[in-house]
Amino acid sequence: MAAAVELDRVTCAFAGARGAYTAVKDVTLAIGEGEFVSVVGPTGCGKSTLLNVAAGLLKPSSGSVRVLGEPLAGINRRAGYMFQTEALMPWRSCLANVMAGLEFRGVPADEAKREAQAWLARVGLAGFGDLYPHQLSGGMRKRTSLAQMLILDPPILLMDEPFSALDIQTRQLMENELLELWSADRKSVVFITHDLEEAIALSDRVIVLSAGPATRPIGEFAIDLPRPRDVAEIRLTPRFIALHDRIWHSMKDEVLKGYAQTRNRTAA
Amino acid sequence: MKRARLRLYQALLLAAVFTAWQVATQPDLLPPIVWENPNRAAFFFGEPLKMFQVIWTWFSEGTIYRHLWVTLEETVLAFCIGAAAGLVVGLWLGLSPIASAILEPYITALNAMPRVVLAPIFLVWFGLDIGSKIALGVTLVFFIVFFNVYQGVKEVSPVVLNNTLMLGANRRQLLRHVYLPSATSWLFSSLHVSVGMALVGAVVGEYLGSARGVGYLIQQAEGAFDINTVFAGILVLTGFALVLDVLVGEVEKRLLVWRPAQSETEQL
Repeated sequence: MAAAVELDRVTCAFAGARGAYTAVKDVTLAIGEGEFVSVVGPTGCGKSTLLNVAAGLLKPSSGSVRVLGEPLAGINRRAGYMFQTEALMPWRSCLANVMAGLEFRGVPADEAKREAQAWLARVGLAGFGDLYPHQLSGGMRKRTSLAQMLILDPPILLMDEPFSALDIQTRQLMENELLELWSADRKSVVFITHDLEEAIALSDRVIVLSAGPATRPIGEFAIDLPRPRDVAEIRLTPRFIALHDRIWHSMKDEVLKGYAQTRNRTAA
Repeated sequence: MKRARLRLYQALLLAAVFTAWQVATQPDLLPPIVWENPNRAAFFFGEPLKMFQVIWTWFSEGTIYRHLWVTLEETVLAFCIGAAAGLVVGLWLGLSPIASAILEPYITALNAMPRVVLAPIFLVWFGLDIGSKIALGVTLVFFIVFFNVYQGVKEVSPVVLNNTLMLGANRRQLLRHVYLPSATSWLFSSLHVSVGMALVGAVVGEYLGSARGVGYLIQQAEGAFDINTVFAGILVLTGFALVLDVLVGEVEKRLLVWRPAQSETEQL
């Protein structure tokens, strides 16, 4: 079976103000079809870079990307992307934002509208369609983004710390909703986060990245917690704690390294 | 403060200014302090009562409407042509780094040039009719709109842009659904200034040579040292500009519903 997303020796280097900077180096990763994989790593280690490569938004300096067995050229049309920061079009109402993808594909307006309304209802925003993004709360905006992505039914979901800006309660709520939506048709998910607990609670597999620059994967852990899961409750189970302990130990040095680097960088 | 009371104070302030003006300029009302000749103050500064008389005659006899109409026509046409040209060129240069790099010094130079000096040239090119006034207004409006649109294109949120790309928008759809709305929102934020500039172009053009318009009225009165009529013209022009400004505000409110309004976050 072909992997949903396959990165083969991907290296990304940027020409910065202080000379060339290698964000990720020789990263080889494969996300299986229907698999929920989280990528964790210290802040600033290039997690988003990897995701942008998988999305086709960023061309790697070297290495190749394969999506569902085919080499990726240009934007990844098989993937939906959920961004960390505000990504909704502020001049479109909530409903029009959810419709956008269908509209771009030439779906007739009334049909797109019907479907968008159904999706809004599914993410708990029925009746909020006429509001503009600035009139919604942070959690509601994230739900809109989720609906906006899922309405196109992409086989692959790329999520870049999508819930990091939310408060902890809203966040757990959204995580559970995400798992529920995911379990309905088991899309392949690449979930970027810096929160190890979130990663373990959601995923089938957790990939740990080293501190930047020249980030690479340093560990891979299968998460054998039973599904369906409740992200709040599962955190209290002994198996979860054992997994957390193991992964945290492998990460700790890298986190400290990353922290020291950022501190030196700001000091310099 | 209560709204009604605020309005009352504002009206009182206006009345006080005009009363003081009248008292200071009316011949023989105050003993001569500054000038020996009692008519000197009225000659230089006019008398508000006589100004209002002039304005009253203009409106009651209906002679002013012809002039107002011409000025309005020039203002509106100058604004529309200038804004359309600014929008197109702003979008083009905003999206084409090469063109903007080549044209950048020339645009800076054209903008730095005091364009009012072009008025006599336009008079030669387009004649005494409204053409030359519109041309002057266009040169003033164009740059304001151009710079705002250019900025609007440059400052489109990269996340919104990437999100729209991931939703499957092609280049044309990106222009239509992201760049254009973003640019027009900047255009509208400069609406008050650019409509004002269109009016400046119209009036200055009329002042320098024409047979109709409020600028023409003022210029004629100046030629006859009729200071009361000059001030009457200025007052009418001010009122006219205020009305335009209110209309622009209404249009803005309609078209920018999606923008967070100040009043929504105001403390009660």
